[in-house]
Amino acid sequence: MTAGFSEFYYIKVPYQKTDAMEKYRLSVNGNMQEVSAPEDMPLLWVIRDLLSLKGTKFGCGQALCGACTVHVDGVATRSCSLPVSAVGDRKITTIEGLSANGDHPLQKAWQEHVVPQCGYCQTGQLMNAAALLNENPHPSETEIEEAMAGNLCRCGTYNRIKDAILTASKS
Amino acid sequence: MIPKLPFLSKKVPADKSKLFIPGRRDFLKLSSLIGGGFVLGVNFQCSGPKGETVTFAPNAYLSIDSDNTVTIIAHRSEMGTGIRTTLPMIVADELGADWKAVKIQQAVGDEATYGDQNTDGSYSIRMFFEPMRRAGATARHMLVEAAAQEWNVEASGCDTREGMVVHQASGQTVPFGELVELLQQMPIPEAEKLTLRKLSDYKLVGKSVPIYDVKDITEGKALFGADVDLPGQQIAVILRSPVVGGKIRTYNEEKALQVPGVNKVVQISGNGVHPGLNKPLEGLAVIADHTWAAMKGREALEVDWELGENQDYQCATQMEAMIESTLKEGRLRREKGDVKQAFSSGGRIFENTYRAPYYAHATIEPPTALADYKEDGSIEIWAPTQHPQWARDSVAEALEIEVSQVRVNVTLLGGGFGRKSKPDYVVEAALLSKAIQKPVRVQWTREDDIHHDFYHSHSAQRIKAGLDATGKLTAWNHHTVFPAIGGTSSADELHPSDGEMGLGCTDFPYEVPNIRIESHEAKAHTRVGWLRSVSNIHHAFAICSMLDEIAEEQGMDPVGYVLSLLGEDRQLAFSEEMKGAYPNYGEAIEEYPWDTARMKKVIQRVAQEAGWGSAEKDGKTLGFAAHKSFLTYVACIVEVAEDEAGNLIIPEVHYAVDCGIPVNTDRIRSQFEGGAQFATSLALSSAIQFENGRVIQNNFDGYQIIRMTQAPKKIFTHIIESTEKPTGVGEPPVPPFIPALCNALYKLKGKRIYELPVKEVFV
Ligand code: FES
Ligand code: FES
Repeated sequence: MTAGFSEFYYIKVPYQKTDAMEKYRLSVNGNMQEVSAPEDMPLLWVIRDLLSLKGTKFGCGQALCGACTVHVDGVATRSCSLPVSAVGDRKITTIEGLSANGDHPLQKAWQEHVVPQCGYCQTGQLMNAAALLNENPHPSETEIEEAMAGNLCRCGTYNRIKDAILTASKS
Repeated sequence: MIPKLPFLSKKVPADKSKLFIPGRRDFLKLSSLIGGGFVLGVNFQCSGPKGETVTFAPNAYLSIDSDNTVTIIAHRSEMGTGIRTTLPMIVADELGADWKAVKIQQAVGDEATYGDQNTDGSYSIRMFFEPMRRAGATARHMLVEAAAQEWNVEASGCDTREGMVVHQASGQTVPFGELVELLQQMPIPEAEKLTLRKLSDYKLVGKSVPIYDVKDITEGKALFGADVDLPGQQIAVILRSPVVGGKIRTYNEEKALQVPGVNKVVQISGNGVHPGLNKPLEGLAVIADHTWAAMKGREALEVDWELGENQDYQCATQMEAMIESTLKEGRLRREKGDVKQAFSSGGRIFENTYRAPYYAHATIEPPTALADYKEDGSIEIWAPTQHPQWARDSVAEALEIEVSQVRVNVTLLGGGFGRKSKPDYVVEAALLSKAIQKPVRVQWTREDDIHHDFYHSHSAQRIKAGLDATGKLTAWNHHTVFPAIGGTSSADELHPSDGEMGLGCTDFPYEVPNIRIESHEAKAHTRVGWLRSVSNIHHAFAICSMLDEIAEEQGMDPVGYVLSLLGEDRQLAFSEEMKGAYPNYGEAIEEYPWDTARMKKVIQRVAQEAGWGSAEKDGKTLGFAAHKSFLTYVACIVEVAEDEAGNLIIPEVHYAVDCGIPVNTDRIRSQFEGGAQFATSLALSSAIQFENGRVIQNNFDGYQIIRMTQAPKKIFTHIIESTEKPTGVGEPPVPPFIPALCNALYKLKGKRIYELPVKEVFV
């Protein structure tokens, strides 16, 4: 049998009561935002619940699916696994800040190829792809596959994602 | 309460979708309800007080405002198939609207107004192609009539185009909006009697039309289940019984309540060992200001569970028992001729056992729902649900209120695949909102989703096939056993229903003189549900693998072999041979017969497109399978290869599909691309296992779905031109892919595959 059974339900978690919320000043999409949050709150929940930016999605909470991908100083980062206290003064970009009018070359290519099915994973895919193109403007198919392997899509849009990245990389 | 599942049961005549045409008195109510009307400041002639927009709505699916806005109602749920675009597009095409300017509005759950809204069973297009055409035609006829009267010309000389009525002879045009006032005085024609546009005249139907939401999705503006916020809302994360049927003996909430942001702990009662399809599981909800606090609060709960009888459930043990049972005589589900006699004729006999595991849906959006219980005892819901009407009924039942007191708003679904037709998570939110008298969003985590799904059943099958001395297939004995969907609600449902048997098992279409199909008992120890193509998944795996093996073993070409087994062009009804009903996906068999000619055509097409005949010369390793499901004919060829590192790669997949009239070709293709990738996961990487009644996988590390590196590199979908009634494509791509892949793997590795998933192929 597969390993990995966690005694999730039975562990009496030795819970340490955290003291009052901390205040954090975060740079999000070019704006400074102040939030009060416990220090271990993942950036994902700061973005979604405290800043009400809903484009960043929750899929697994364990850095396994990529739905929550944002840029932290330009690096594609799983926001579900980055505590707010670890962000510091690094600049956060979410899908809402990827382009001014939804006209990033990748967003345009995504529309041209009609990539999304349900669409839920797509903002994470786009943020991951954008970071890839920043680093490697002309990736090969294999490089795309490897760079995108952390982003799951249950609907099965991998082929069109790849095509759209190739299109954007040529624009 | 069990919902009507048209794909599993015979359709009651009353179920047939019909156009819902509200009478004139409902007019204003409807137009204000859908939010189209009464916007101030638009300068048009109208019958209302000066300056107001007036709305014309000849039926529930569309309205036209005097400011020219055409609003079309999407009454089925969008979970990735594109239905929110494709059905409105049919209305728009028939109407002659300017598609780029059409507004699409999602309907609330309301059967009396919209008809069937259960987005399931690949039947949205099948059931609503015609009604959508008639909805559009109703308005078109009236618009043309009104314009013709104005111009004093023959209506037959006018048509609609791009949101205008056009008089063909003079070229004169009038925008729809300017006719709204006139339309309000006109009688609404009977939809059934209208002439529809010819298929060849359509500008959208039959073409590739992008989805309505594509821009919003890429900008992160599209609203999914957890994206709606209400003032004062609370977030709930629930600790559910790890074993189905478990009950809370005692609990201690103290530590949970100490987590900053946690406000309350509320118990939810489950329904026992037969949990039902629309009830929550027993659990303890931690209610907090935000999601993170609720999650941490849950970790701090201490619960003493009375786990109940399922705590001893081991799926591996049940699998062995199921396999054992296939060696015995089972319940007869279809019979033709006498297999026993045929087996004793002395020809060659093949006998194989096939196993497939439990699967979870694992939509990337975990279940979530927001409920707002109001002082007057009514409740409003926002949920990513495939079945808003069942959600509505279930909430009313759980809260003991009238159905009319429940309003269900449907958000976009971040994937569905059958999971989100069950409204358990919606009921959870409703119960909690009532308990704390505040809006509550229930948020499932990935672990919750993997642990508490309505799983696709694990299954065992034994097929014994007998040939005569000339090598002709003369006997087919298929045993199938798996915990049935009905077992989720009742102790008595130990066999698959006629509906589940009819999903690729009893509808065995091949010309074999002796057929015997049997089922065996298996108890449901968890929540069993339906997942994208349901029992077709395991049935097609077994049948198409077996046929391939028989062909190969006899040195015959599998494609040619299956074509010959389909026999003469004919239409099958199976009637006298079935021991029970054959629901035929809810359609009359006379209207949708099993047509061997259509199946042969897709097989020939896929073989030609994939280069089946020259595979050896081209150095390609190909596997083939064909399977009809949900009344759609599909054949599939999968190419496999091994890279230098020993990893399996799938360079190419070819599908040929006959789904009748192809409505939105781009979304047909996307469903096949997605279906191939979904099926790759089922074939190669996913499995749910139970030990001591609990699911042992937790997240995407244990329950694996394929990543981009593992996906088929190229997927081609060849759509057969057809004027047959259109059928759905959400599920049909999945079943044939798995055996086609397994048959290709056999050619690559020389080993037959009898058990899913075939994990070891990825190094
Ligand atoms: S939610 Fe962060 S990687 Fe899945
Ligand atoms: S588009 Fe649905 S999960 Fe990717």
